[in-house]
Amino acid sequence: MIRSNILVGLVRILRKIGHNFSDRIWRLGAGARLFGLTLAYSGESFRRFHLTIREVYFTGVMSLIIVLVSAFFVGMVLALQGYYTLQKYGSSEAIGVLVALSLLRELGPVVTALLFAGRAGTAITAEIGLMKATEQLSAMEMMAVSPIARVVAPRFWAGVIAMPILATLFSMVGILGGYLVAVPLIGVDAGAFWSQMQANVDWRFDILNGVIKSLVFGVACTMIALFEGYDAPPTAEGVSRATTRTVVTSSLAVLGLDFALTSFMISM
Amino acid sequence: MERTTIDLWVGIFVALGLAALLGLAMKVGNLTTSGIGETYTVTANFENIGGLKPRAPVKSAGVVVGRVSDITFDGTTFEAVVGLSIDKRYAFPKDTFANIYTAGLLGEQYIGLEAGGDEVALVNGDKILQTQDAVVLEKMISQFLYNKASESPEAKESGEGVAKTDTNSTKAADDALGSNPLDAMTQPAKP
Repeated sequence: MIRSNILVGLVRILRKIGHNFSDRIWRLGAGARLFGLTLAYSGESFRRFHLTIREVYFTGVMSLIIVLVSAFFVGMVLALQGYYTLQKYGSSEAIGVLVALSLLRELGPVVTALLFAGRAGTAITAEIGLMKATEQLSAMEMMAVSPIARVVAPRFWAGVIAMPILATLFSMVGILGGYLVAVPLIGVDAGAFWSQMQANVDWRFDILNGVIKSLVFGVACTMIALFEGYDAPPTAEGVSRATTRTVVTSSLAVLGLDFALTSFMISM
Repeated sequence: MERTTIDLWVGIFVALGLAALLGLAMKVGNLTTSGIGETYTVTANFENIGGLKPRAPVKSAGVVVGRVSDITFDGTTFEAVVGLSIDKRYAFPKDTFANIYTAGLLGEQYIGLEAGGDEVALVNGDKILQTQDAVVLEKMISQFLYNKASESPEAKESGEGVAKTDTNSTKAADDALGSNPLDAMTQPAKP
């Protein structure tokens, strides 16, 4: 009797694991299909480009403040922490290189993508999820308007356009923040700060690779947000869960992709 | 919100992004020498400049008095020609001594000027004749190890020679360092 109870429990656990696993795979496939559809309907949505511009305003321009303020503080903290360590080795002039390289290569794209997922990704998921719950998407289909061309594709391209711009601004403002701490506050030589930075930062390998990274993160974050919204159960609870999932999945995807991209770029 | 207002904001956003990219690109390229007003340029030849970079500081008595404006290679004498932009307010004598120093053990390199006693001052386009090359750490270490190694077989020869060889090897170490630019770093050679 007890033995059969244990067996039933074990089977239940196994079934749950299997179900979770197949569910993930199913969602991955559905997400890929939505991605393909979005690309396919892009031409149609570009004919009404003002829709995309509107979304660039909501995802990009509205995220500016949080991104720029974070960048400023990240740059300042980097300079303070970097100086504290570098000064032990008597090479506090290298602080410019430290700040610039860590911002351009890693922190710029990654932190921007995490903020972007929290600020813009959640908004996209909630908006589309609510559109679905209130049957606006079905109504569009009824009027022979493709919801993918009208709702999904403009948001996707807006995210892809906005992310690299936000990441570049993040790096720029972060370096300015680092400069303000290092030069006027700590008293590192301004010439050494810039000259070491210029001698060690490469246009192709540091700046351009950072932009490529942010572009990839933009595609990933926006696509995850769109899919979660499009796939959300049409209930209040469903939308709230989908929004949470957007942040979790986007953050994990960004960190995983960052490792993959970095190892690829370094081996190049 | 009005459609044109949104267009304007998005336009500003994209322009800001492009400006930031341009700003980053300019940082990699060159930035004009700033912080120093009117300058005059003199040159100095070095056999080895180590890791000296353009825009590195030129210091005298530890105070920044100018910047390295350019570094070129002279194909006839096989020496590095370093251009120094020095602040017009400071006139240095003709027999000024130019050394390449390192800030800290692994820090960046800069040029130190030791003023001489000549009454004629350096003017634009002049050349500093007395120079001291950069310290090449590898060369110094290998020379030291080489001298050390050439002494050591003696020490193994006999037990009684220990005291003698001890003084010898310290002398060798002194020689290795004495013939080296490190000496010039701690007590700069006057011309």
